[in-house]
Amino acid sequence: MAEAVDAQPLDFEGWACPVPLRDSPTIVMGHGGGGQMSAELIEHLFVPAFGSSPGGLADSAVVELGGARIAFSTDTFVVRPLFFPGGSIGHLAVNGTINDLAMSGATPAHLSCGFVLEEGTELGIVGRVASDMGAAARAAGVTIVTGDTKVVDSGHGDQVYVNTAGLGLVPSGVDIRPDRARPGDVVIVSGAIGVHGIAIMSVREGLGFGSEITSDTAALHPLVAAMLAVTPDLHALRDPTRGGLATSLNEIATASGVGVRLVEKAIPVPAEVGNACSMLGLDPLYVANEGKLVAFVPREHSDAVLAAMRAHPLGGGAAIIGECVEDHPSMVVVTTTFGGTRVVDTPLGEQLPRIC
Amino acid sequence: MKYLDEFNDPELAKRLLDDIHATVKQPWAIMEVCGGQTHSIIRHGIDQLIPDQVEMIHGPGCPVCVTPLELIDKALEIASRPEVIFCSFGDMLRVPGSGRDLFRVKSEGGDIRVVYSPLDALKLARENPDREVVFFGIGFETTAPPNAMAVFQAKRLGVPNFSMLVSHVRVPPAIDAIMQSPACRVQAFLAAGHVCSVMGTQEYPPLVERYSVPIVVTGFEPLDILEGIRHTVHQLERGESYLDNAYARAVPPEGNLAARKLLSEVFTVTDRGWRGIGVIPDSGWRLSETYRDFDAEYRFQVGDIHTDESAVCRSGEVLQGLIKPHECAAFGTQCTPRNPLGATMVSSEGACAAYYLYRRLNTPSTSQREVASIG
Repeated sequence: MAEAVDAQPLDFEGWACPVPLRDSPTIVMGHGGGGQMSAELIEHLFVPAFGSSPGGLADSAVVELGGARIAFSTDTFVVRPLFFPGGSIGHLAVNGTINDLAMSGATPAHLSCGFVLEEGTELGIVGRVASDMGAAARAAGVTIVTGDTKVVDSGHGDQVYVNTAGLGLVPSGVDIRPDRARPGDVVIVSGAIGVHGIAIMSVREGLGFGSEITSDTAALHPLVAAMLAVTPDLHALRDPTRGGLATSLNEIATASGVGVRLVEKAIPVPAEVGNACSMLGLDPLYVANEGKLVAFVPREHSDAVLAAMRAHPLGGGAAIIGECVEDHPSMVVVTTTFGGTRVVDTPLGEQLPRIC
Repeated sequence: MKYLDEFNDPELAKRLLDDIHATVKQPWAIMEVCGGQTHSIIRHGIDQLIPDQVEMIHGPGCPVCVTPLELIDKALEIASRPEVIFCSFGDMLRVPGSGRDLFRVKSEGGDIRVVYSPLDALKLARENPDREVVFFGIGFETTAPPNAMAVFQAKRLGVPNFSMLVSHVRVPPAIDAIMQSPACRVQAFLAAGHVCSVMGTQEYPPLVERYSVPIVVTGFEPLDILEGIRHTVHQLERGESYLDNAYARAVPPEGNLAARKLLSEVFTVTDRGWRGIGVIPDSGWRLSETYRDFDAEYRFQVGDIHTDESAVCRSGEVLQGLIKPHECAAFGTQCTPRNPLGATMVSSEGACAAYYLYRRLNTPSTSQREVASIG
């Protein structure tokens, strides 16, 4: 066996699934988890069918249209429960697409919405979702300008699914892309992580954690505008939703070919999130956020950008959590509180609670 | 909700590490028995902070990993039935049986639910009297009391549509089996603290005596683990062996008497197969005759399912500490977390998955490369 090991040196750097989707002829939940399985589905099934996008695989595409640079994005929301502490599927549907646009530096302007409604759903529930969407759009200064509604048979949906798409204008001089991170860049997160995921879990699984945790859902474009006012030269932005901060950092590290070095004790994890995660056997780095962003900022601007973020209501808890390095390209490594290190990998599919 | 910070204090950790470094004079191989300890060691980078002479061998203490293939196949068969709601802890869903896992069964229409407690499954059974609700009762002595309680309550409340697929395993017979292996390299054990908080410590002195091996009851937070290692290396360097309790805040010598009484009522000791290791005598629990009606293997008549383990996968040797994960030819090639051949690659607590995830490759060339690249 020893010879076989020598004959097959391990190459983790470029490892990818050699035969796509070979082990599952059907869609499994992990394909929607935002991790490696989602990425493989896009890479091996959607991209070959559609052709690759010139802008790469960012949160939103930036296209030129009539001389203007327009950010365009879409997102579908299949949240259960529909209403949770701190928000609802309506808030997520508006803020989520706005945030995808904002991560290109765009000023969001218009949204579309598509509803898939399950037969038998109370009108009052649909009304509450619509009302939350309207309120979120008004608060964010965007308009919902077009939409569509379909109804599916009872049992074929989960009451309400919402899709939104959005358009926004990218200011000139702004070029924020996941592949623009450079060694030396400072990594800043805009506040406490893991809050939304734990809030959802606390109601979905009926887990009481002693204190109520509310979702952090928010539209982040005003915060991005405040950051761009310091310098238009932000390199990369991501809102770490499904898959959490770890997935976003891995995506940027991979797209840019840089290493990311984190300092564990600098990462803002609220006590409630940390405790809930340790009880459930989850890692806060992989838990979803809906009102946070992570920014890759050139070192010379990092102090000023951090100050601008902290001065903004959406970035009061902003913190520098690490930096980009030339070592270990495409990998995220964290220095633990004790001075050890570990690799923070992209999750496979859904994060599974550990048994003990 | 502040109850763990005290056990994550870097200053105290440094003092423990200084003591360990000052104590260790020669190479030692210590096995941490529990998967939770493995997880904590890797997550906090403890393996890099202790002296190079101290080798931590990751033991067979991940319940997901040691559940035999045959039992997974039985679970898949039961979960596929239309009348069944199959309840499981989350990380069992990705454990491969013969060609499928529970996620696949779910995608094919199986009603599979992740629960956080067996009592949630019992509640489901009461809410769905026209369905058969089956709970996948796996784990060590730690998860056994709540599972026993669920069966006990099902009988007491008369919930006929509830049953349990039981694959419980016990730590002391596994330690015995590891020490009896001719190739055994283990010189001391960190015993699983939470197992001992249930069962107490009286099962261990005979093992210490028989094999002259130090056993130190150890907790799970970083400081607990360092304290356990510190106690262990002191014994080893002095040439002593005795049962020591480095987790006294959670482990009284007698354990949890109420839980033990319930366990002896609901379960009976039985021989049990361990994935990759084989059958270890008296190493498991099954439901006792009194509770046989609640045994899913009996109710769904899946006793005839017999499955052989993978011929390539060397997880048994990994679980026994005979080889490191990367010494298996399939590691990182045929066998990855995406396509696990053996259960040690499945759970994040499994030794192979932990190695894969954190790239803890101890072959000289790769570890040097890693140190250079992250140093």
